[in-house]
Amino acid sequence: MYAYDELDRTLINERVEEFRDQVKRRLSGELTEDEFKMLRLQNGVYLQLHAYMFRIAIPYGTLSSKQLRRLAHVARRYDRGYGHFTTRQNIQFNWIKLAELPDALADLAEVGIHSMQTSGNNTRNVTSDQWAGVAPGEIEDPRIWSELLRQFTTLHPEFSFLPRKFKFAITASAHDRAAIKIHDIGLRLHRNSQGETGFEVLVGGGLGRTPFIGKTIKPFVHGRDLLSYVEAILRVYNQYGRRDNIYKARIKILVHELGVDKFAAEVEDEWRAMGDRALTLDDSVIEEIRSRFTYPRYEKLPHMPDELKQAARDPLFERWRRNSVFTHKVQGYAIVTVSLKPVGGPPGDATADQMDAIADLADRYSFGEIRVGHEQNLALPHVARRDLPALWKALDKIGLATPNVNLVSDIIACPGLDYCSLANARSIPIAQELTRRFANHDTAELIGRLHINISGCINACGHHHVGHIGILGVEKNGEEFYQITIGGRADENAELGALIGPAVRYGDVADVVEDIVEAYLALRERPDELFVDTVKRLGVEPFRERVYATR
Amino acid sequence: MTSPLEQKIRITGPSMITANRTFDGAVIYRTAAKSWSTDLSDAAIVRDADGARALLAESVADDLGAVGAYIAPVEIKDGGKINPGNLREYIRSRGVTIDLSVPV
Repeated sequence: MYAYDELDRTLINERVEEFRDQVKRRLSGELTEDEFKMLRLQNGVYLQLHAYMFRIAIPYGTLSSKQLRRLAHVARRYDRGYGHFTTRQNIQFNWIKLAELPDALADLAEVGIHSMQTSGNNTRNVTSDQWAGVAPGEIEDPRIWSELLRQFTTLHPEFSFLPRKFKFAITASAHDRAAIKIHDIGLRLHRNSQGETGFEVLVGGGLGRTPFIGKTIKPFVHGRDLLSYVEAILRVYNQYGRRDNIYKARIKILVHELGVDKFAAEVEDEWRAMGDRALTLDDSVIEEIRSRFTYPRYEKLPHMPDELKQAARDPLFERWRRNSVFTHKVQGYAIVTVSLKPVGGPPGDATADQMDAIADLADRYSFGEIRVGHEQNLALPHVARRDLPALWKALDKIGLATPNVNLVSDIIACPGLDYCSLANARSIPIAQELTRRFANHDTAELIGRLHINISGCINACGHHHVGHIGILGVEKNGEEFYQITIGGRADENAELGALIGPAVRYGDVADVVEDIVEAYLALRERPDELFVDTVKRLGVEPFRERVYATR
Repeated sequence: MTSPLEQKIRITGPSMITANRTFDGAVIYRTAAKSWSTDLSDAAIVRDADGARALLAESVADDLGAVGAYIAPVEIKDGGKINPGNLREYIRSRGVTIDLSVPV
């Protein structure tokens, strides 16, 4: 966990009081909606179909049990008893009242949570690997650098009025769990041949109307130069990024139109022109941040304790363990993913009662720490393997032991037309139907790793372009239709999926997905050839044939 | 930001003005009595562009009471019952089409 200092606490508290005054002036008529809109957006307050929506940042996906309990409190006191974890390590409340928002913010500020820059044309929540600090083989904890970036970009005047929103993601592992290639700036921590720690810098990734995979503009930027190099990128973007057309304003369009080499040269020129490098990070600054992250005092524990050997006789436990428990960097411990994808449930939703219960379990079994992943699941990052059977039973009691992590029913979905004012079609009912179709866990395990991503509009909050199977809702003559893509992926080999054919009706989506999965099972070379690899090997055509032959 | 009044108004059937209530964001409909109601059956119905423009103008003018007023289609059933004219308005009027994680 990162311990905030007095400066952080003062900043957050002052922001609450500033927003309280802005809300008061809006409700008294002193501010018009046109004047107020940008102010509310800069505090994560959107207006959706039914109500205001309140988006709260969970920087690099790390939460304490105390913070999660406070989120549960906000859900219960100010909303309708649940929250929705998003694809960018945020949580959203869907029914918040404007008049009560300052009180909700104040309650959150008491535990160091805020909603600054969760909307608007500025630098958004810095996201990272939800296994940061515990993943085996990691170069170092990427949250140290995430936190440096968070502090640097928060309320930075030069980054507060960018041409468009701007998103960072950082990973320090070979396997990318942070989807860095679909971010405006993706940072991959690695070591150069001299053993120094630095970043491969990718720019211009993003989904939405015009999807691009990020491109490497510099293979190695030393850690001490991270902030100055990032500032150089943002200066080039601020200077050349388009402000005349919202659809062409993201940095990905600039990188595409200039060409990656020209863009990289512009950044390099800017970086060199910055000269004295006032932003060069002193080792003591990095160490100061590093020292504020506290880590558990792990015990020396066996890899295979008796409790685990006994529990392994229970096939239900074993199924959950196979799919939800992952290797920890410390022997005797495990990372546990808590699926927020129950059969028939809205992906990423957790009730206030569940949040409280997870906070209690985190205190009991995970040193009081919880992580949030972009796949809309939670994780307990420090669970002693001897405690896995007890944790499983406790999770099962609160409906959170669905053994489907990384399987076909572990669906990523945006709120869609049920909530979102931008959406053209519903996402959640499609996800719910698919989880029912694939509710049989034996079948799901037979299928293996398969990510379905659903977006209710082209803005792609459900990351449909990079789903192994991507589903995009569109509207045709007042009716919901869905375009299906296959072969996308969001990891270190990120690719955009390819369209398999004409859009299908709402009622046909689950049948089409079943057809695609059946085709895969018939076409794969061996049981461990993943869906996405079969698509890579064979292309779209055999799947297209299967889906459209009878339609 | 372009005001809704600066946009070209084209309606193809009976329509109403809807918005969200400023203090809590609730869905509201402009009534013939120049006020707002949370009940769609209270909505004032317009049938041509001039009528829509006039109703939209008075709705937008109430900046303190409502946010984001716009014209939306409705269906008028036998007996005069007003139904939402598309899926978006159906969902705004009746609520989400799924069971909420916590029942209201």
